[in-house]
Amino acid sequence: MSHHYLLPDISRPGRIGCSLPPLDVTPAELPPKELLRQELELPEVSEVELVRYFTFLSKLNYGVDTGFYPLGSCTMKYNPKWHEDVARLPGFTSIHPYQPIDSVQGALQLMFELQEYLAEITGMNATSLAPMAGAQGELASILMVKAYHRARGDKTRKKILVPDSAHGTNPATAAMCGLEISSVPSDDEGNLDLKELESMMNEEVAALTLTLPTTLGLFDPQIGEISQLVHERGGLLCGDGANLNSLMGKVKFGDLGFDCVQLNLHKTFSAPHGGGGPGSGPVCVKSNLADFLPSPMIAKKGKEYTFTSPANSIGSLGAAYGNFGVMVKAYAYIRSLGAEGLKEVSENAVINANYIKEKLKGYYHLPYDRICMHEVVFSGKRQKAKGVKTLDIAKRLLDYGFHPPTIYFPLVVEEAIMIEPTETESKETLDAFIDAMKEIARDAEENPEILRTAPHNTPVRRLDEARAARKPDLRWEMGSRQDY
Amino acid sequence: MNPKEYKYTPEHEWICPEPGGKGRIGITDYAQSQLGDIVYLDLPAPGTQVEQLGKIGEIESVKAVSDLFTPVSGKVLEINQTAIDEPQVVNQDPYGAGWLVRLELSKPSQLDALMNSDEYDELVAKLREES
Amino acid sequence: MPLPYLPNTDADRKTMLQEIGVSSVDELFQDVPEKFRNVQFKLPPPLSELELKEELRQLSNRNANLDDYVCFLGAGYYRHFTPSIVAHIISRSEFYTAYTPYQAEVSQGTLQTIYEYQSLVCQLTGMEVSNAGMYDGSTAAAEAALMACRITGRGKVSVLSTVNPRYYKVIDTYVRGRDIPLEKVEPRLVNLPSDCACLIVQQPNFFGYFEDIKSYTEKAHEVGALLVVTVDPISLGMFKPPGHYGADIVAAEGQALGNPISLGGPGLGIFTCRKEYLRQMPGRIVGKTVDIDGRTGYVLILSTREQHIRRERATSNICTNEALVALAATVYLAALGKRGLRHVAELCYHKAHYAAKAIGKLKGYSLVFQQPFFNEFVVRCPTAPSQINKALFREGIIGGLDISHMIDNCMLLCVTEVNTKQDIDKLVKILGAL
Repeated sequence: MSHHYLLPDISRPGRIGCSLPPLDVTPAELPPKELLRQELELPEVSEVELVRYFTFLSKLNYGVDTGFYPLGSCTMKYNPKWHEDVARLPGFTSIHPYQPIDSVQGALQLMFELQEYLAEITGMNATSLAPMAGAQGELASILMVKAYHRARGDKTRKKILVPDSAHGTNPATAAMCGLEISSVPSDDEGNLDLKELESMMNEEVAALTLTLPTTLGLFDPQIGEISQLVHERGGLLCGDGANLNSLMGKVKFGDLGFDCVQLNLHKTFSAPHGGGGPGSGPVCVKSNLADFLPSPMIAKKGKEYTFTSPANSIGSLGAAYGNFGVMVKAYAYIRSLGAEGLKEVSENAVINANYIKEKLKGYYHLPYDRICMHEVVFSGKRQKAKGVKTLDIAKRLLDYGFHPPTIYFPLVVEEAIMIEPTETESKETLDAFIDAMKEIARDAEENPEILRTAPHNTPVRRLDEARAARKPDLRWEMGSRQDY
Repeated sequence: MNPKEYKYTPEHEWICPEPGGKGRIGITDYAQSQLGDIVYLDLPAPGTQVEQLGKIGEIESVKAVSDLFTPVSGKVLEINQTAIDEPQVVNQDPYGAGWLVRLELSKPSQLDALMNSDEYDELVAKLREES
Repeated sequence: MPLPYLPNTDADRKTMLQEIGVSSVDELFQDVPEKFRNVQFKLPPPLSELELKEELRQLSNRNANLDDYVCFLGAGYYRHFTPSIVAHIISRSEFYTAYTPYQAEVSQGTLQTIYEYQSLVCQLTGMEVSNAGMYDGSTAAAEAALMACRITGRGKVSVLSTVNPRYYKVIDTYVRGRDIPLEKVEPRLVNLPSDCACLIVQQPNFFGYFEDIKSYTEKAHEVGALLVVTVDPISLGMFKPPGHYGADIVAAEGQALGNPISLGGPGLGIFTCRKEYLRQMPGRIVGKTVDIDGRTGYVLILSTREQHIRRERATSNICTNEALVALAATVYLAALGKRGLRHVAELCYHKAHYAAKAIGKLKGYSLVFQQPFFNEFVVRCPTAPSQINKALFREGIIGGLDISHMIDNCMLLCVTEVNTKQDIDKLVKILGAL
């Protein structure tokens, strides 16, 4: 069976993929016919066929368990299996968010302690675990910034400043909050242009949002001055904690002057990516923002854990309390590492990235030749001059059995290649990756065609995205659609 | 390379004047090459009044979205259904079959201030040099 | 002891530091101003795998889990039977350790399963197109409200008062971000203003009964507003799907489809809509295409709606979604199929009606609503529901949701296919004795 079969192709009337009990009570009268559905057109597939189908599909996939994923800003580290196991305990999976509160004290204790640990790791005063992804955490941050200024009676601040290297979620989030974005340029060293910030930071600016280390993988040493400038002029300093993997156990966001920071438990704290989710994006704040945090939070009264809602909360971000299933894994991670372990994680992440930087800098243009943190950004412009794009380099890496790094981000670097090895990779893996990148650089000079037509060894080759977008085919159909 | 009788804007649109105070507009070859494979067109409905330099639609490629601005003021008479159904025609023939909107000009004198093809050629040459 | 997932040894690090050209790892942190470096962190000491498992096992035992208790609690999160096949498939590490499928050539497993998911939820909801899923039902409803505002160009949102109050709160958070007013409307008094972008309805509603949905469809479309419906996907095994009564957008909680309740997260925001609104739909979308050799393949499409391209004009800021939860829902729907899902819905329906009838007959108890319902119903109790639930808990039963702050002395009960006749009879017996 090849993979272009879909469920309707393996469906046969009368088959079923599970076993269900019969009705054990007297059937009731059916409701009025106009409420009922006539046809339910879903496939009918046996369990055997389903297992084979999904097993086949899984083998077309590449995961962290398959190999290296040097994706910048994504922190694709190994997902420890013992954390997966504890998250599956029925005492964590089979609990209802609205069951009596004294019957879920174990869960609330876990959440309370996680709140504390994350606050300690980031050097902040309070945590909300409610946001279900980094982008939602970012939304919470900006909503809190807005609420903070409104509470002060300040309605003039309608702008958020972001560096020109910022992630796309930043302007999208600001727009969701009815605010505008202004972009602050970076200087030649890759740091924020302090003079430009000086001219832009005024009473129209609600906050500056900064990823630190930056999306260039660099720690901006001016952070003290940046924080002072922003605060002096009445603004707040928001942190995007996407790059926390370089600073754990070493540096506290709170010390650097940040008023809030959102985290990604599915990046830094080893919860798996799941093919795109679930994630969890808790937000940690200083006391000045604690009253605005999203609800609910977990509080401890004596020996009991309860839910509490901050006095001026921006509101609820979901129908329950956040992605608890992901929190368990992050909690397990922090408990298994301790402060020393977290420090080792960050130090190894930074060593690995700098190692790659040194080994590849002769082969790819390095826009900022200075010490990097947990990720390094190269430019494919040397290869572009030979007619080979960064996209081609990325596709060719697939033939070597590696997932490509992040490409074309940040936008301030031409033909950007962002490499984040993480601490869970061995030196041998890094060396193999470095060798592959060196060969590709050589092929760019001597045999560019093999790069432009890559990948060659993957389950499918380059896909026609234009065709997919022009004539969108988003689903199969079974049966006829009843007209309303 | 760019049609001599057309007029151009710095946003890489062209307008081809037609008899009776009408004009056809589209995007230039440089614009289509920058966008890449065009996959979708969002064009204004016939009857819509448009103002010079105002945004009248969007052109979407696989990797980017670009606003479409009108070089002149007027009323939309017709939009190119062929281009809507097969957007790749804008990549293949941006000055001919890939036209986008036909307008009735309300202020024909606006054409005089637009770039002619030599001026536009110069602009493109400079942009290509910089990149 | 070294950590099992930090492979590099001191010897490895020494070599690498030499290659980098520094003498110690501290030199790599030199861009961090001295005063911010090497701070103390107060965290509990590390635990080995053996110790961690024991510690967390004990923590989990402090929770009353639904495997040990009989549960009659619903209100948006439901205990349903999940066939074993689901856990086996989603535990395959090629699925759960994979990244977002941006590099399509090595992500066909993820992409094709999303295509299947999109197809299955469209079949289920009777709608034309679906995205790859959002965070949960409540945020899907909130995003639907914002989408309706974009489509209609209007700035007001109405929500029927019988929608889950927690959903209302979340929709409120999102629309307030854009200063869009939110209005709660009473069922009999629905009179939508001409600048209303959408009416949001839950079917069956929060109290379990079916609304006269046709009238709402008419009222919304009359003023040019969209109808947004939130549903329990299991109910669609038996009841008319929103696509068949004029819904424009469906936003639903997909947890019930093969996923554990997990204290309410992660969930799954099912999001389907009319084809004409495709480009306004937030979230990731997978489309079918071919590769350069002509082989069928799948790829993320219409990324130009999303944050990484359109930035401040994006349809949403959403990036990470609930992909693995959607995969579980896909396997669940495929395993149950046409007959299985209908059977599960019918089991829920008949068992719930058996329970409702028996409870309605008890002295001091009454069913509050007469309209048809699926598997949730409101019961007026002779004493405070909180007291009743305490008594039930002592007997190993988790009772319904206490809604006495909404309707005096009332409880919202839910019955699913996992509740046996004995469970229900026991509930009725204990209630009767109170």
